[in-house]
Amino acid sequence: MAASREAAPGTLNAASYGVGGAFVVGALISIFIAAKTVDSVMAFHATLFILFFLIGIFAIGKRHFDTLERGPEPATQDGVIYHDGPIRLATLAAVFWGIVGFSAGLYIALELAFPWLNFDLPWLNFGRLRPLHTSGVVFAFGGNALIATSLYVVQRTCKTRLAGDIAPWFLVWGYQLFIVLAATGYLLGVTQSKEYAEPEWYVDIWLTIVWVTYLVIFLATLARRKEPHIYVANWFYLAFIVTIAMLHLINNAAIPVSFTSTKSYILWAGVQDALIQWWYGHNAVGFFLTAGFLGMMYYFIPKRAERPIYSYRLSIVHFWAIIFLYIWAGPHHLHYTALPDWAQTLGMTFSIMLWMPSWGGMINGLMTLSGAWDKLRTDPVIRMLVVSIAFYGMSTFEGPVMSIKAVNSLSHYTDWTIGHVHSSALGWVGFVTFGSIYCMVPWLWNRKQLYSLTLVNWHFWIATLGIVLYITAMWVSGILQGLMWRAYDSLGFLEYSFVESVEAMHPFYVIRALGGGMFLVGALIMTYNVYMTIQGHVRKGEEMQPAPAGDGQILAVGAR
Amino acid sequence: MTYEQLSNFSNTWGLVFLIIMFATAIAYAFWPSNKKKFEEAAQLPFEEGDRQS
Repeated sequence: MAASREAAPGTLNAASYGVGGAFVVGALISIFIAAKTVDSVMAFHATLFILFFLIGIFAIGKRHFDTLERGPEPATQDGVIYHDGPIRLATLAAVFWGIVGFSAGLYIALELAFPWLNFDLPWLNFGRLRPLHTSGVVFAFGGNALIATSLYVVQRTCKTRLAGDIAPWFLVWGYQLFIVLAATGYLLGVTQSKEYAEPEWYVDIWLTIVWVTYLVIFLATLARRKEPHIYVANWFYLAFIVTIAMLHLINNAAIPVSFTSTKSYILWAGVQDALIQWWYGHNAVGFFLTAGFLGMMYYFIPKRAERPIYSYRLSIVHFWAIIFLYIWAGPHHLHYTALPDWAQTLGMTFSIMLWMPSWGGMINGLMTLSGAWDKLRTDPVIRMLVVSIAFYGMSTFEGPVMSIKAVNSLSHYTDWTIGHVHSSALGWVGFVTFGSIYCMVPWLWNRKQLYSLTLVNWHFWIATLGIVLYITAMWVSGILQGLMWRAYDSLGFLEYSFVESVEAMHPFYVIRALGGGMFLVGALIMTYNVYMTIQGHVRKGEEMQPAPAGDGQILAVGAR
Repeated sequence: MTYEQLSNFSNTWGLVFLIIMFATAIAYAFWPSNKKKFEEAAQLPFEEGDRQS
């Protein structure tokens, strides 16, 4: 066995010395940059790097002595010592950044309704807070949830410990450093102005290092699996990791002004730059926000419903169809621009074709519950997961409709787009993540059950109502905007000035902020529930009967 | 290599390549002898023996 050759997990080995050495070099480079730079943000970020490396060196040493003192972790029943520490950390980070990202979103929603809320301060400006919100929810909340669940699922379905000992810790902490660098950069005005890829060159390089570590951990764990087959959820996670690496490297190719400056220039120019940006942007949707979260769907829904996936074959077709089609859909973000017509039509065609795999996947997820629909009534966590699939179906129907050029001429640049994005982000990504967190927290912290399912129910209903308010307000406002902008009077002049359309939006912006506020309240309820679960409390009157524990196993065997 | 050559290559051989790849993936999914393997794979989430409730 590998374990006998390696030192006990946690103690110093060759890899620890390698990482420690790299940290020393990193700290020296950061000190050099901090000393040389005249750019105050770069000085601040270099200081953060120095702190990260120094604390990292200290942590590696401390872990060594702690492990010697405490002895190795106990093995679980199947003899595998799962490496769950970094997963627990990433789960907590997802909850924390979720609250930060949702709050930032609520604040900018209020700014749109009441512009004086920016207090004329540069760092509260909508333009700086908006990327903080989008990166906060997509990369910080979603990214940490993806890291946590992917590392959880790959270990369980491969029945093996994560590859690497320090590497998973480096991945999770390194990813938090990336988030902090990106977020503080936005607030201080550092951006390369590419949507969803705002961080500047040095943050991009750091993310590349972290992401390659992620890929290597994932591949090496798959390689040491004790199962002949790689479970489909892992395919989705792997596609997500590989594709994001490719997109990130190509879209962010840039030349810095100097190595001590935060400013860089993108290698691409003009319409090529626009196409690469939306090739990146749409595949961030397709592979980060879809493929990765489908990995969650394919593990946590069967697991929670205690039934195998409806059709494993359909899941394979779903996977390959998504992979083949999504990558071409990006040009639909550039309808009626300088992009050649054929490329726009190509983007539209592939977006429409995406209907099929998306709905195939939706049906596969929903039908997994066939014969267990009663769980929708009794288990609010299942309800959350199922509603997330419903939103997946709804928004993957809406997206192709909006990619049709004729529809896009009405919807593009309006709030309809914002409504569409949020029905997928809040409904699909948000709910499937909440559902997975509710499943995973008791398992990770070795608790028998959640603190309270009643609170999950409250979270579910408050957040669902919030989403409905949000998306309906944005539909009405978006279509109203689109119609106002294209209205001509009898003499061929535009009927409305732009500012009139802005004024007309006000009530919808208030409703939207209300919806977003409710979503945030739901997430705060979850935070409390997660905290109490980790503390080991169970809400009075909600203690689970011991019987259901074995049920799942029997059902699963029976289904075979 | 000119733009035209590259473009011609991708919309002929590139298309053929992708269609063959996709057909292979579909054939793999529906190949009768793979049925048993997939049914076993679908059970993977339930086979872990650790502390699950």
